[in-house]
Amino acid sequence: MQIMEKSFKTLSYIAALFSIAAVFGIILSIFLEGLPLFKVVSIQEFIWGNAWYPTHGEAPQFGIRNLLIGSVYATLGALVIAVPLGLGSAIFISEIATPRLREIAKPAVELLAAIPSVVYGLFGMAILAPFIRELFDLSTGLNLLSTSIILGLMVVPIIASMSEDALSTVPKHMREASLALGATQWETITGVVLPAARSGIVGSVLQGFGRAIGETMVVLMVAGGSAQIPGSIFESLRPLTSTIAAEMGETVMGDLHYRSLFAIAIVLFLITFVTNLVAELVFLKRRLK
Amino acid sequence: MRKFTIILLILTLAIGFAYAKKNQITCSGSTTVLPIAQAGAEAYMDAHPDVNISVRGGGSGVGIAALQNGTVQIANSSRPIKSKEVSACKAKGINPTPYAVANDGIAIVVHKSNHVKDLSVAQIKDIYTGKISNWKELGGASLPIVIVSRDVASGTFEVFNEKALNGAKVVASAQLLASNNAVVSAVESTPGAIGYAGLGYITPEVNIVSVERVTPSTSTVKDGSYKLSRKLYMYTNGKATGDVGSFIGWLQSAAGQKIVEEQGFISIR
Repeated sequence: MQIMEKSFKTLSYIAALFSIAAVFGIILSIFLEGLPLFKVVSIQEFIWGNAWYPTHGEAPQFGIRNLLIGSVYATLGALVIAVPLGLGSAIFISEIATPRLREIAKPAVELLAAIPSVVYGLFGMAILAPFIRELFDLSTGLNLLSTSIILGLMVVPIIASMSEDALSTVPKHMREASLALGATQWETITGVVLPAARSGIVGSVLQGFGRAIGETMVVLMVAGGSAQIPGSIFESLRPLTSTIAAEMGETVMGDLHYRSLFAIAIVLFLITFVTNLVAELVFLKRRLK
Repeated sequence: MRKFTIILLILTLAIGFAYAKKNQITCSGSTTVLPIAQAGAEAYMDAHPDVNISVRGGGSGVGIAALQNGTVQIANSSRPIKSKEVSACKAKGINPTPYAVANDGIAIVVHKSNHVKDLSVAQIKDIYTGKISNWKELGGASLPIVIVSRDVASGTFEVFNEKALNGAKVVASAQLLASNNAVVSAVESTPGAIGYAGLGYITPEVNIVSVERVTPSTSTVKDGSYKLSRKLYMYTNGKATGDVGSFIGWLQSAAGQKIVEEQGFISIR
């Protein structure tokens, strides 16, 4: 028994060590591959340059501003759709639904998370985009609106399940006290339960942000891929992730273009790292309370 | 139960070893060349059961890098190898040698409802650089042009950029899609769209536009009168010998080129 206990401990220790090593290996390699770009292209030129022509013969340009803004727009668009839907389902599941209805609604929302992203992309490209194009009489349906809707649908289950967790940890006596004071159910939810679960909800939104900004397949298929700042929700855009995915396969290993794609990976990593850090801190604060 | 597991394990290992004994050829690279390599490999393996060919995509750059690292015997490429890649290979003692396996025309395609039938190279350049933005300037309906292009790293883009655009920059509002299929399906569903793709990927759901009054076809690509054409390559380390040599030789033969044509490409013979 002693041996079993010990070997189990060692095994889990090795498993943990392995994932830590993998994380640091990945971080190290994207920095090693990406940083040499900045010997040739200044950081300012890279972040604020407005032209992305990495393979142009005489004068390649490596400005990711339009791609960065594309990523931010797509992600904010997704959150505009996902926050009300996700939070709404969380409130419904946690506060309003009868236990039986909850048994159906909860797995249904979570099922959204089980759909592979390529299926979302296919749906967006083949069904949603033509529909949007005809509905608004546009020249193309591969635009910010379609991207936001699809990305938003993907983020809904994250916000819904994490917010629901936060709502359900609000102690029952707080609700009862509020109702006893004569507040309606709506007043109880908005005035007592939501504020009490605030940090958990903010954390879920941040997690959703991280998911949306890192999503690749959907934006590759639905965003249209124009390296411009979309002037309206009906214009095409090109986020950072799809640039890496579309160009990495064909690039010459080791040249400046290859380095610039890794430099984009560094930017993405920093964004998601900071988001996750903030989310962790929000949760930590809540746990310490 | 345990005995059964052990027997099963030995059997799997035995089969594994039997497989390993086969002559293994790996090739990877351009997604444009992929259908040729795949169909060619299948037919070749049927005739030569002792050879096993595994084919992967990834892109021209990935294929050449894999050749350079010695992980594949054949790199498929939809563009001639770049001088930078040659020197990287040489540094590792690899000597990339090209074998043309097919001809390909890059067809300009528009939506089925579009009445524009012919474009000059100069007009194509004006469209892709943003100087012409409405079909009415080209004798079509009054409809904004939706420019569909390939991602700038693809072999198809490179050939198009060199032959049609003379190296000019594609306007930033152009949609950049990641595969030939994606371009064709985007053009198919977008009335104002113009796009380009390898001939093997063109479906009847889009209209092909002639370039300088020449329609891409077997004969116009072969004799070079169609401007936007290219060769597709397989690269090997040094002269292809042994099974690799006989596979590529077979692919270049009449029997192999028949498969190339079945995949929608144009024979080199």
